[in-house]
Amino acid sequence: MSVLSFFTACENNFLGEAIRGSTWLFPAIESVHLLGLGVIGGAVLVVNLRLIGLGIARQPTPQLWRDTRPWLLGSLAVMLVSGALLFTSEAVKLYYHEAFWVKMTSLLLSIVFTFTVVRKVALAGPDRVRPVWRWVVALVSVLLWSGVGVGGRWIGFS
Amino acid sequence: MFAFCQWLASTPWSIALHESIWVYPIIESVHVLTLCLFLGLVVIMDLRLLGVNMLQTRASEVVGRLEPWTLAGFIVMVISGSLLFYAIPVKAYLNIFFRIKLLFLVLAGLNTLVFHLTIFRQMSAWDLDHRPPWRARLTGALSLLLWAGIVVAGRMIAYNWFDKQS
Repeated sequence: MSVLSFFTACENNFLGEAIRGSTWLFPAIESVHLLGLGVIGGAVLVVNLRLIGLGIARQPTPQLWRDTRPWLLGSLAVMLVSGALLFTSEAVKLYYHEAFWVKMTSLLLSIVFTFTVVRKVALAGPDRVRPVWRWVVALVSVLLWSGVGVGGRWIGFS
Repeated sequence: MFAFCQWLASTPWSIALHESIWVYPIIESVHVLTLCLFLGLVVIMDLRLLGVNMLQTRASEVVGRLEPWTLAGFIVMVISGSLLFYAIPVKAYLNIFFRIKLLFLVLAGLNTLVFHLTIFRQMSAWDLDHRPPWRARLTGALSLLLWAGIVVAGRMIAYNWFDKQS
């Protein structure tokens, strides 16, 4: 089964047809997707700002990581579900849209980077990681997540 | 007001913005992506005011440290949002969702103002309470609801289902 035929199958089912056939379903799911964007942005920013000594800087990094983790995971789940629904409504169009592939690549890299490198650095004691590496990690993390957002916005321009 | 929007729409910069291939989408992207900075950190503050998150951190610290960032985000939002309005003043004016968004923005502003004039000033008294006073929780809840409404209404401005016919 080729990737394209998989995408075609994703589109040609009751979900995709229902969303395509409805006037308000697509914008409603998109709104949920946007609200998730806000929450995910907040959770990511609190940790990454803390890594470079900004934001809630007097609290230990491991504590902020644990405090924001449920919101990061929760909003990520909302994003993946709402995103998958949006995907079923126009999968074949997305197959041919380079922004979609940029977004999915950034998303994969962001998730892996966040739950490996960022997690490890955030949970390490204050003296374990040199400031320059905290800066690098925070910068890479924010850039990767931004790639997901920009890619997503770019999908809308076609 | 409508005449003013019509005049605004006839200015050369408005037309240029409306017809631009790159500038309008870029401003729109900035407006949407600044949601992460603005809404994201507002949500973190609201959750703290509600007493559901970051209870080991003083409420005054969460609000005090994050508010400057939300203010920066808000300024970007207002500038980019004004430019988006300037590109389509007549369409926005006639759009019910645009009006709802403005109404909610005023209410969200009042909510923040009341918070700062009242309970914010006595924060040190309940800074580490696991259940913040009801007025703090009300501020957090109203803020979450209003901003969510603003985001949804903002998204819906793109649709003219209920537009008045001019």
